[in-house]
Amino acid sequence: MSMPEIRSGEEADAALLLTGEAAPAGKKIEGRSPWRLAYERLRSDRAAKIAFGTIVVIVLLAILAPVFAALVGHGPNQQFIDIGENANGGPVAPNGTFLLGTDNNGRDLFVRILYGARISLTVGVLATAISVALGVVFGLTAGYLGGFVDTFIARVIDVMLSIPALVIAVSIAFISGPSLGLVIVLVGVLSFTYLARIVRGQVISIKGKEYIEAARALGARPWRIMFIDLLPNVMAQIIVYATLLIPAAIVFEASLSFLGVGVPPPTADWGEMISTSAGYYQYGYWWFLFFPSLALLITTLAFNIFGDSVRDAFDPRGGGLFV
Amino acid sequence: MTSGPVSGTNPVPDAAPADGDDVLLRVENLVKYFPIGSARPFQKREQVHAVDGVSLTVRRGQTFGIVGETGCGKSTLARCIARLYDITAGQVVFDGQDITKISQRRMRPLRTEIQMIFQDPIGSLNPRRRVGSIIGDPFAIHGLASGADRKRRVQELMERVGLNPEHFNRFPAEFSGGQRQRIGVARALAFKPKLIICDEPVSALDVSIQAQVINLLADLQAEFGLTYIFIAHDLSVVRHVSNSVAVMYLGKITEIAPADELFTRPRHPYTGALLSAVPIPNPDESDQRKQIILAGDVPSPIAPPSGCRFHPRCPKAAPVCVAEDPPLEPRLGDGPEHPAACHLPMAEGENLADFRPSISAKERIVEVEGSLLPEGAEPADIAGALPGRREGSKP
Repeated sequence: MSMPEIRSGEEADAALLLTGEAAPAGKKIEGRSPWRLAYERLRSDRAAKIAFGTIVVIVLLAILAPVFAALVGHGPNQQFIDIGENANGGPVAPNGTFLLGTDNNGRDLFVRILYGARISLTVGVLATAISVALGVVFGLTAGYLGGFVDTFIARVIDVMLSIPALVIAVSIAFISGPSLGLVIVLVGVLSFTYLARIVRGQVISIKGKEYIEAARALGARPWRIMFIDLLPNVMAQIIVYATLLIPAAIVFEASLSFLGVGVPPPTADWGEMISTSAGYYQYGYWWFLFFPSLALLITTLAFNIFGDSVRDAFDPRGGGLFV
Repeated sequence: MTSGPVSGTNPVPDAAPADGDDVLLRVENLVKYFPIGSARPFQKREQVHAVDGVSLTVRRGQTFGIVGETGCGKSTLARCIARLYDITAGQVVFDGQDITKISQRRMRPLRTEIQMIFQDPIGSLNPRRRVGSIIGDPFAIHGLASGADRKRRVQELMERVGLNPEHFNRFPAEFSGGQRQRIGVARALAFKPKLIICDEPVSALDVSIQAQVINLLADLQAEFGLTYIFIAHDLSVVRHVSNSVAVMYLGKITEIAPADELFTRPRHPYTGALLSAVPIPNPDESDQRKQIILAGDVPSPIAPPSGCRFHPRCPKAAPVCVAEDPPLEPRLGDGPEHPAACHLPMAEGENLADFRPSISAKERIVEVEGSLLPEGAEPADIAGALPGRREGSKP
């Protein structure tokens, strides 16, 4: 069967293709990827900018903690029994030497809060990284492979969710003795469940698409489909959830330290400070409780607001840039 | 669209178990059921009879068309042949090798020989990956080329299918529908496969773009000696590209014939009804023609009708159609290349509109619960038979 000549259109099309696009008149209309759109929405979001600025300041303060310690001349664990404690051996109120006062052991609260930020941020970021890694692997596997694997992983997650994470964490930390590494692993492992569920749900909705069938028709192995075809399509959800996991991990760590099974003393830690200061508050040593709590509040609030903004920025229904 | 032998001149050797050299694909009694609902103990799960006993033979270098309404099992058949689905029963022999039950691992090398082009030019390309990486996928997956070599081969492919190779780094969303379908063609072509299954490759495209893509497919067939299975619901497109055409209805093949013969001498009343729904561009001629409008909807594939599956809607339906499933065999002195599954095939010059079924509507309703409208109800037209009509999302 011969083909009739219906190619003039094709040739014109091909010519156009080979010479590049038709000359744009005036401003070029650009295709913007979802990432670019999200970034532009974030940039135009004032709350996001303030929150992000706050996070940057906190990170800088944490990194530069030794510099500040050197500037004021007080080490984080250095006790000033003569000038850092009052006549009763209690904390000293904020003054020229101790900007935010001292704690019950005569240590500089300002320096200790800066050092505490290091612990909080380290735990927040590393534990979230563990959560994301576990959540992605389990979510992708359960969602893509389905069947028995899915049932098994889903049941494990159900069991983990049915027992309060804090109770598990306290028990394990109590048995094996607290340490920074253990806290990071505990917080990370115990918070991957929601992320795994989100990833699993997304994967199930995407895996029926034709491009996944196309990959299978090309002979792609399951791991390739999971990590090269599926993962980039759930990345937005993962990033949104991860930015919200960081403050949750910080609070989780502070809770563990508050309960005495977190980072062991004398390491400066916000949760531990809040816990100790609670016993001194009633005697009028308000700064000892107030400043560590304020630091924790500002940090988690900044991360939460930023996370919310990231979520809004990735929401396809979000407007503002199309006008 | 022919570069191999013309099908009409070849006898169909279905009696011989060994395939001739020119047979690339042989499908025997292929069955694919999908269980629905959730499994309960001591209770049989309901099954969707998506493909129910399909046999066909595809010859090298030819284009085998498959037409049918939405939901008749065309795409399921395609995915079974490509082994994207596990096969419930039957046999698929590709290039002399039985691929019915082989594992996905052993299927992998064969993937380079069977490729698919998909219907949806948007859905078949990963929106998060660049075009160069999508077309380079075949090379990456099978480790055929990497680095600069892969990029060069991808750009050659892009050029061959009429894309600007400089657009290597763009995302699929930056292309038009026709260009995106070319990307899909380039990806399928990377291996120079023996068989390309085109699952409605032009259904989602504008008519002018359809012609471009069809011409591209024809050129590639001539250049590389490709064999196509071309699935569509647009009869004129299928006639244009195919050597032989199979008509499917509710999971079964009702008729197979060389393309021109099917359009000039349809035997199955369903084929006749489909053909009468093809629009004629000339309004005078179009007014003169009697269009056969089938009553009712396609019955549910969960509980297909007994006997001939078309009998609840067939103008020629008789008691024998309810009782017995007609085998797919040549009728009214046709050659072996033109079998039809009908007890009462249409003779030449016969007009379906003159017939009334010799079984009552009530009998038919008893046979197929709830799937048929009572007599006098609003007749539905043949969904999907109109060219250019878009199909909804596939199940």
